[in-house]
Amino acid sequence: MTSETNMTSETNETAPWEPKIIAFLCTWCSYAGADLAGVSRFQYPPNIRIVKVPCSGRVSENMILSALKSGADGILVSGCHPGDCHFISGNMFARRRFPLLSNLLEFVGIEPGRVSFSWVSASEGEQFAEIVKTVTERVKALGPATRLIKKIDQAA
Amino acid sequence: MPTINEKLTEEIRTQAKALLANGTVAAVIGYSRGSLPMTVKPTVVRTAEDCGKLVWNSFCVLNLANYLPEVLKSVEPPRGPRDPKPEGPLAKVAVLATGCWSRNIVVQTQEHQVDPERVVVMGVASRGMVSRRKVEEQFAGREILTVEELDHDLVVKGADFEEKINRWSLVRDNCQTCTHPDPVLVDVRIGEPASERKNPNPFQQVDEIEGKSSEERWAWFTSEFSTCIRCYACRNACPLCYCPTCFVDDAKPQWVGKSLDAVDTGLFHLLRAYHCAGRCTDCGACESVCPMGINMRMLTKKLNKDVLNLYGVEAGMQPGSPLPLTTYATNDPQKFIVTEAKAVKEGV
Ligand code: SF4
Ligand code: SF4
Ligand code: SF4
Repeated sequence: MTSETNMTSETNETAPWEPKIIAFLCTWCSYAGADLAGVSRFQYPPNIRIVKVPCSGRVSENMILSALKSGADGILVSGCHPGDCHFISGNMFARRRFPLLSNLLEFVGIEPGRVSFSWVSASEGEQFAEIVKTVTERVKALGPATRLIKKIDQAA
Repeated sequence: MPTINEKLTEEIRTQAKALLANGTVAAVIGYSRGSLPMTVKPTVVRTAEDCGKLVWNSFCVLNLANYLPEVLKSVEPPRGPRDPKPEGPLAKVAVLATGCWSRNIVVQTQEHQVDPERVVVMGVASRGMVSRRKVEEQFAGREILTVEELDHDLVVKGADFEEKINRWSLVRDNCQTCTHPDPVLVDVRIGEPASERKNPNPFQQVDEIEGKSSEERWAWFTSEFSTCIRCYACRNACPLCYCPTCFVDDAKPQWVGKSLDAVDTGLFHLLRAYHCAGRCTDCGACESVCPMGINMRMLTKKLNKDVLNLYGVEAGMQPGSPLPLTTYATNDPQKFIVTEAKAVKEGV
């Protein structure tokens, strides 16, 4: 995730554009939820690239912006429902920080909908699939990300 | 008759001298005369004889709280990193503080960077500091040789001109919108206390940007920061930025590139501002020291607005309570969360 490779450059010219969405999933809930969606055969768009994290509270703004910089079209951060955090309150701190970041990104002109947050428990496979659908549709409607992406060849 | 600033300067010198002479403190952090017009130097005075150096005027734009942790360390007996803390109380340090600087000292205390027992706050009510840049813009193309300060006007002199201009019109944006000019901590009072200033909307400039379209905001962001030379003066002037290794210096992972690439510069500013969320007092030091005249304070101001609206907190105003991002409430707003129900409602 932290490598400087430009994800956009992989896109095949002829194929229709499909967004790349980086999903930071808490290993205790949303990651297991994604797993459950898989074993239960709930279909969801194949646009997400999952990064497993120990807690939604571990997801720093540095990580989200790095993903954007590397060319992600969308970001999804998903953790345990409030009250269910494996570490008791990691998601509660995350809930305080996330709106500040998404508002700040909107403030500088990043389109609303590029960065999303959700709560999905380990038993919510179907819900996980629904949320990924929503997020993917939103990002598709926005089109490919063009802002805050570092283009290696143009770098000074 | 002496001007307000001359009186304050006199009082600062007397009080500092007394604190040093009777051994209450080992050092006083203040300002001394600068070498160019409209500048002052942050100065640490360690002997009563040196107190005559101290000055106070409308150009004290740096936040003195920034120097406090280091000066506190300098008055401790030298010891290695593993040596135990020396027995008995450690020497104290006095620091001049206006409203915002005193709030930064509160934040430093909340973050355990400063032991409040060792700090003597010499509280001065701020009348608003003047922006050197605003004065220079008024006299574009003419060289300013001296600027004298009267109570409500500045007298600007050059080789072939002398003009009197209203002081308040040149006061920095952050000071013009400030509502808490009086220090929240005062151990030694300098001058008269000031009452809270009324301002129906301190966030008007933020609202104006919020009112624009996404495209316009992106255009504003890219143009505002396009001239940044990544000197990091804005970071170094800020009392919140005390990290031994700043994220900009991290190499593995490298969060932001070291080039002048617009994206790297943008990321630097977004992350720096975000690191100040819930902690920034809008002291304006960052903006005042920028050699390029960039208004990076708009980003922290936006965060200040959101922190106030979402969590009801203004940094440094509640000394006893935790910082807004180091705590939480079970009913914190979470409208931003994507839910399955929302997905159904939106019909996507
Ligand atoms: S910008 Fe962030 S990481 Fe750097 S010194 Fe400031 S708070 Fe620390
Ligand atoms: S970010 Fe700027 S305005 Fe805020 S506390 Fe730091 S120097 Fe002051
Ligand atoms: S002080 Fe100004 S030029 Fe220097 S890094 Fe900050 S914004 Fe950029």
